Amino acid sequence: MSAIDDTRVDTERASDEPVLELDDIGKSYGNVHALRGVNISVRQGEVTCVLGDNGAGKSTLIKIIAGLHDYTEGTMKFNGEVRHFASPRVAQSIGIATVYQDLALAPLMSVWRNFFLANEIRKGMFLDVPRMKQICGEELTKMGIVIPDLDRPVGGLSGGQRQCVAIARAIYFGARVVILDEPTAALGVKQSGVVLKYIVAARDAGLGVIFITHNPHHAYLVGNHFVILKLGRVTLDAHRDELTLEQLTAEMAGGQELAELSHELRAAEPGKVVTPHDVTHGAVAAPDLQPHEIAGTDQI
Amino acid sequence: MATVTTTPTDDRVATRSVTATVLGRPEVGALIGAIVVALLFIAVAPAFRSVSNIGTILYGSSTIGIMAVAVALLMIGGEFDLSAGVAVTTSGLTAALTTWYFSLNVWVGVLIALVVSLAIGAFNGWLLHITGLPSFLVTLGTFFVLQGVNLAVTRIVAGGVSSPSINDVAGFDSAQAVFASNFSIGPVNIEMTVVFWVILTIVGQLLLLRTRYGSWIFASGGDAPAARAVGVPVTATKIALFMGVGFCAWLLGMHLLFNFNNLQSGQGVGNEFIYIIAAVIGGCLLTGGYGSVVGASIGALIFGMTQLGITYAGWNPDWFKTFLGIMLILATLVNLYVKRKAEAR
Repeated sequence: MSAIDDTRVDTERASDEPVLELDDIGKSYGNVHALRGVNISVRQGEVTCVLGDNGAGKSTLIKIIAGLHDYTEGTMKFNGEVRHFASPRVAQSIGIATVYQDLALAPLMSVWRNFFLANEIRKGMFLDVPRMKQICGEELTKMGIVIPDLDRPVGGLSGGQRQCVAIARAIYFGARVVILDEPTAALGVKQSGVVLKYIVAARDAGLGVIFITHNPHHAYLVGNHFVILKLGRVTLDAHRDELTLEQLTAEMAGGQELAELSHELRAAEPGKVVTPHDVTHGAVAAPDLQPHEIAGTDQI
Repeated sequence: MATVTTTPTDDRVATRSVTATVLGRPEVGALIGAIVVALLFIAVAPAFRSVSNIGTILYGSSTIGIMAVAVALLMIGGEFDLSAGVAVTTSGLTAALTTWYFSLNVWVGVLIALVVSLAIGAFNGWLLHITGLPSFLVTLGTFFVLQGVNLAVTRIVAGGVSSPSINDVAGFDSAQAVFASNFSIGPVNIEMTVVFWVILTIVGQLLLLRTRYGSWIFASGGDAPAARAVGVPVTATKIALFMGVGFCAWLLGMHLLFNFNNLQSGQGVGNEFIYIIAAVIGGCLLTGGYGSVVGASIGALIFGMTQLGITYAGWNPDWFKTFLGIMLILATLVNLYVKRKAEAR
């Protein structure tokens, strides 16, 4: 964990002040308000989980923090300074690294080239290929993934391996804040475990982790702080102390809405709608109906 | 306390064999093709075996290769340039017409042509960026615009369809020495363009594989949104690639101008496809993100050999294009086959 040790900061002191602070952030695309009044504080050495269903505004939120889109309302402060990022490169240069859902890896490029993309190590004018391969191999080994041939195109790796390349890259280069966009969504149980362990390691190293997910179980395993987004608004903002997994799951699943829905469905009494019966195929004769008995025909 | 750290290995992934690694290189298909074509003509065309003809073959290859290098880089970056063929003529005409019309030193005309060529490239890239249209359409537009401009402006300025003679203008001799001279290595006569071609190939290949710009080119062509997301300046990379095509068009345009002291304003149409074909034979994917500069140069060499080989073999040169078409398809199939073989686990 040398890269992480290098970036270790005094977490006791650093966590007092939020490194990234979103104050009343909003984003409109024309007349569509994708996000409204979102307040989030990200502290170093903490995992801030952002949960939400599809279309809740999670992706918009990531894009604002990562510098792909600018926000239209509110203020975003990084280290206490109000910032508008002109491009992802700016966000990256001040220490906000992002691992996207689609991983942002070029499939036909080799593993090491992808790992160092836009952060290439150079010796004079040229790339320091042996060093990049070595670092890339070491970082991936830390993730528990060994790819013997780093010249292999990323497209030939499994989903879990690709996730690991992307996360290892973000953590290796992202000194202060790392955003993980649904890193466990496409992974199996074991690979998810590896990713969650790596999230904890990043947190302990003093990074501010923003963990975007729709899986409350994964979130509760590693999260310090939970924010639930619904239709572009924050519906829950709670510290781990104030919450149990059951509450989080219930909130995530819809909370109040789910209770209402369940009440509504009970009133419909589905058991009464259809009487259970056995029908032997071909044993039931077609009913002998008069035209007036067929519903609706009397109105024609 | 001594601890033995064992590296955990994933035993499902075996190391690739050396053959697979070699075959995995994008230029292998082109190399096999070049050897086959060379052997074919050595067998059927006695004149092809003469050492002194190497210079002629290399010259023919270089006039394609200079452009194929830039076009290959652009294709790896995920874009096409259909205006590349006429842009060569535009560059030559610009130098000739400005020199003649404004009575300038030839070198001033050469510099103006360079600026114009780079500007055409930058314009292509910029238009691509702001419109978001496919480069096929954008550069098809530029292709027709330049084709018309070449004819119309030449007629307005020089009153004909060819550029005026500028061989008595100050600076012509020195410019000719730079762009269109030749020298001999033993029995082989080497034209200046061959030197340009070799230098461009080396620089291009180093740029692609050994500098960070190479990674940016691969990433811009392979997955532009992903590249942008990690901080690669995709737009700037693509504009630079188009300008690279502009630069090479200038280099070739200057050679043609000073070699023949005369350019037909309708020249160059159709050459853009030859450049693209050379790049494809060299292993560039039409979808971008994969390819090789050396491969494109080998593709250009195949062209040069075929062009002369058909003549030397005493075949009717009318068959040249047919031969090229067949070779393009064969080369693409070989590339595909080799790639599948190499990627097989």
